[in-house]
Amino acid sequence: MAAALGHAPGRFALVGWSLGFVFSGLVGTLLMGLSLVAIVLVPLVVGILLLLVLVPMTRGLARWQRRWASRMLGREIPSPYLLPRGRRGRSLVKLYAGDIASWRDLAWLSVSLLVGVVTSALYLGLLASAVLFLIYPWLWSITDPGTFNADFGFFTVGSQASAFLPIPLGVVVFVIWWLVGPRVMSYRARIDQALLAPTESAALKVRVQQLAESRADAVDTQAAELRRIERDLHDGAQARLVSLGMSLGMAEERLASDPESARELLGEARTSASAAMAELRSLVRGIHPPVLADRGLDGAVRALALASTLPVKVEVVLPGRLPAPVESAAYFCVAETLTNVVKHSRASAARVSVRHDGDVLFVETWDSGVGGADQNKGTGLRGIAKRLSAFDGSVSVASPSGGPTVVHMEVPCVLS
Amino acid sequence: MRVVLAEDLALLREGLIRLLEAHGFVVVEAVDNGPSLLQALLKHRPDVAVVDVRLPPTFTDEGLRMAIEARAQIPGLPVLVLSQYVEPLYAQELLGDRRGGVGYLLKDRVSNVAAFVDAIRRVADGGTAMDSEVIAQMMSRRTADQPLASLTPRETEVLALMAEGRSNAAVAARMFITEKAVGKHTSSIFTKLGLEQHTDDNRRVLAVLAYLDPRG
Repeated sequence: MAAALGHAPGRFALVGWSLGFVFSGLVGTLLMGLSLVAIVLVPLVVGILLLLVLVPMTRGLARWQRRWASRMLGREIPSPYLLPRGRRGRSLVKLYAGDIASWRDLAWLSVSLLVGVVTSALYLGLLASAVLFLIYPWLWSITDPGTFNADFGFFTVGSQASAFLPIPLGVVVFVIWWLVGPRVMSYRARIDQALLAPTESAALKVRVQQLAESRADAVDTQAAELRRIERDLHDGAQARLVSLGMSLGMAEERLASDPESARELLGEARTSASAAMAELRSLVRGIHPPVLADRGLDGAVRALALASTLPVKVEVVLPGRLPAPVESAAYFCVAETLTNVVKHSRASAARVSVRHDGDVLFVETWDSGVGGADQNKGTGLRGIAKRLSAFDGSVSVASPSGGPTVVHMEVPCVLS
Repeated sequence: MRVVLAEDLALLREGLIRLLEAHGFVVVEAVDNGPSLLQALLKHRPDVAVVDVRLPPTFTDEGLRMAIEARAQIPGLPVLVLSQYVEPLYAQELLGDRRGGVGYLLKDRVSNVAAFVDAIRRVADGGTAMDSEVIAQMMSRRTADQPLASLTPRETEVLALMAEGRSNAAVAARMFITEKAVGKHTSSIFTKLGLEQHTDDNRRVLAVLAYLDPRG
């Protein structure tokens, strides 16, 4: 998911960051020292307990640095860690130990002290000396005579007049800071990136983990769906057809002896046939809505809007047809979202917008309701996340209390 | 009465021809795909067309699109569209030219032969025949709609039955009220929907359209 990185920090914002890095370098050294001690103490329980605290703290610090470096370099540095998957205690520490990213974090802590403090000091030092030289005459004038007398090598400050001599030097240093400073910092960001980005194999490992999970989800969902269809057919249309056969059989028997009751049975048979049709229709709608097959996502979403009890505005910009599985997933997600809106939001209006941009399908639903939807609570939203994860898609919900609620879905895909 | 029939499944096509001819219709041509349907409609200009929505070559909504296309060239050409499922969106599109002579029914309504034949005749006469399922789906829609919101529940019920294509007499029988009472309801509906200036047949179509149109 491409989260917004934000702009790279400007030269003056970097002053603040540099101060932060001096501090974080110290914290990092402390973390590294404690971690080494903890590793030695692992045979004793206390080492494990320490690591359970220290590793997350290190990762927190690394995450902060990763975000800064991402902004500096203008490209996302992904998180390299293996997912904990509900592991705890000793087993979690084992996972940490087996994760190359943990060791690279340790290496980064030591580098962060060395390179980080040096670059930050350079960045701050250049600016500080430029400022110092530029305000030299003023400093000289407000202090006791002689306090700021100094030998600069190629000139000497000894009077108020000669106190103006460092100003050109200040300008030169300021220009150097202006030109070189950001480069120093981005050099630092590159070193951070080298150590904090996942190694290729770690990135693949995380990816495999994600894929295995989304595949398992997809298979589960599909199996559950097939079971549901089987059950619906068994209890619905099949049962109707059996009863239809019975009615017809009995009607045949009585045709000669009791035509009146035969007529009645034929009427029943017709009712059964209609009911079987109705059940098959609703089943088909649940598997793959015909309007989706006919008109694609555009028409299908419009049909959904038309069928909704709310006024739903639809904006669709799709220059081509989506891949069928994505289309179907997106359709069911919109259907689910609109159902949620009607059920929970107490909204008076809703809007669905669909667009495809840069090989990503964006689907957004908005409603004017009361808000307060929680992605982690509603099974509907979880279902949507699961459905989309099979396509590497994602869903996010913004639903402040009091509304409005916006559900944003993204699925990478190519139009045909 | 001359009929053009479009249905791609041979079994159903033969069945429909048999049913129609048994009730005095003359099937002038029976086709099994979209392009031939359009040709047949333009060539024969039948009294009514009975069309399956899903036809080759695309197996999507070919039949519907051809019917709309034919009505664009022959305004008011009566078309009864049959489908395995009904979609209010399609009903809206069929009625989009604001002329009568439109029907949209579930395929299994054919099993009630008398009602089906009646629906074809009604469409041929310039009336409408909307499936009760379309109506039911629209019924569940929002209620804050203007100007439909101004209708009383009784009037909404009359309008729903009218949308199915029932005459005042049929509506009266269905609702167990007098035909005169139905007449009062319908004129009130027309007034509320702002349709006084139109002829009665056209008014009925426009009222149905108002009913199906999300913009109210």
